[in-house]
Amino acid sequence: MNYYFQILTVIMINSILAVSLNLVSGYTGQLSLGHATFMGLGAYAATLFTLKLHLPFLASIILGATVAAFFGFVIGVPTLRLKGDYLAIATLGFGEIMKNILLNLQITGGPMGLRGIPKVTNIYVATAALILVIFSLNRIMNSRVGKSFIAIREDELAAEAMGINTTRFKILAFIIGAFYAGMAGGLYAFLFRYINPKDFGFMKSIEILCMVVLGGMGNTYGAVLGAFIITVLPELLRSVSPVIAQYRMVLYGLLLVIMMIVKPQGIISGSSLSNRIKRKKLLEKGGQ
Amino acid sequence: MELLEGNNLTMVFGGLSALNSVDIKINKGEVLSVIGPNGAGKTTLFNLLTGVYSPTKGRICFRKREIKNLKPYEITKMGIARTFQNIRLFGEMSVLDNVIIGQHCRTRTGVFGAIFKTPAVRKEESLVREKAMDVLEFVGLDDVHEERAKNLPYGKQRRLEMARALATDPELILLDEPAAGMNPQETNELIELIEKLNNMGKTVLLIEHDMKLVMGISQRIMVLDYGKKIADGTPEEVKNDEKVIKAYLGDGSHKEGRAC
Repeated sequence: MNYYFQILTVIMINSILAVSLNLVSGYTGQLSLGHATFMGLGAYAATLFTLKLHLPFLASIILGATVAAFFGFVIGVPTLRLKGDYLAIATLGFGEIMKNILLNLQITGGPMGLRGIPKVTNIYVATAALILVIFSLNRIMNSRVGKSFIAIREDELAAEAMGINTTRFKILAFIIGAFYAGMAGGLYAFLFRYINPKDFGFMKSIEILCMVVLGGMGNTYGAVLGAFIITVLPELLRSVSPVIAQYRMVLYGLLLVIMMIVKPQGIISGSSLSNRIKRKKLLEKGGQ
Repeated sequence: MELLEGNNLTMVFGGLSALNSVDIKINKGEVLSVIGPNGAGKTTLFNLLTGVYSPTKGRICFRKREIKNLKPYEITKMGIARTFQNIRLFGEMSVLDNVIIGQHCRTRTGVFGAIFKTPAVRKEESLVREKAMDVLEFVGLDDVHEERAKNLPYGKQRRLEMARALATDPELILLDEPAAGMNPQETNELIELIEKLNNMGKTVLLIEHDMKLVMGISQRIMVLDYGKKIADGTPEEVKNDEKVIKAYLGDGSHKEGRAC
């Protein structure tokens, strides 16, 4: 039973990561290849707040997320003037820099990572965190701020002509995404009780991106579904044969290729269910 | 009284000067049209006035304030709105949301306000929605406000672009070929709409190829050719101007006259 709770907890944490990347890449349209870096910053910061300053769990998580958000701002200001591929490469570079800094600092334990973190995260904490993230994100997306994010994705030039300070709002999306990712990182550290820089490298960023693309870019619940599939799949494979589980990265790649051919918009696409129902009602009204 | 004044506007791209010392003056409350053959620099002029480009030389004053170095969103906030020649709607968003976005610079809800949905935010949201519906009613799109923008027929998309621009509460509205690709009936509706706008007190700057539209509603016409202003006056004056006729029809000395 413990095993299943553990998997469920990881699904919740990965969902927070996917949902937060979806805010940056799916809703605002800014492709980021360094999302795991913000997770790592949150994890390290939260851990250090607890181990060195003996802050309580909740305060550490929130402060850790704030540190990640601050770095989201620092990296966002110079890079979000870039577009498309250039932004992706810049975020990738940022991720590598951060990884190397974490590998070489004394306080982060270098390549040995940090050990002896108390286990506080459980299924209830992780679920509560995910619900909080989705709730606040939905509120943001239904507001002036969220609509501006989508407008930037749809047409940046027109968004600017409508009075949106596009650079400012792109940075804002980056900061909020980094905050959530940092929160997920904190939860991760307090679940596994051990962190090292490799946990938050490029492969993790790609894994989060896979969740978003698989589930459906621009849909929060699609991101959750993607996180569920990508988390459960290797566990299922492991129960079939441990050898296949080792090749899970190959499988992700294959899955993405198939998705791009069969359903490039993801399992749940941006035109969410509620939109489709509304549209159907509208058509019925017109028909009467 | 002049609302906008541009002096000696020059825009050079690489070695090509798209605009060459053009002066433009827009009086409050008038409909001014800019016409000229393709490539004459009309859209470049629009892009200078809306801050997409900063002019190589010259100055632009709007309500007595220099706007040459302002960003497009700052200029929108000051009261200049525009539509685009090739429609640039937010396709995946609803018609209503497109117009709501237009009110972005007149509203202030931030992240924390949005999360906690404070009474002030609720009030602002309902006001924004109400105003958006009013604007949609004004252009005649209120019945399709739930539809996604990209699903609208072409003529309605053009009108939605105008509604979105109108939602920014502009004093001056710039329309870039609003009648392009419209059938005669749609064009007539558009003329009515522009007249309605003008009667509301909005100043209109129009780029258009449809001469019937231009001659019908403009109080003044400015003609550009090869980046230079070749005429400026009432429709009657412009129609009979030798240089204009030459630019549009050729002077007869060359076989290959440029068609309009």
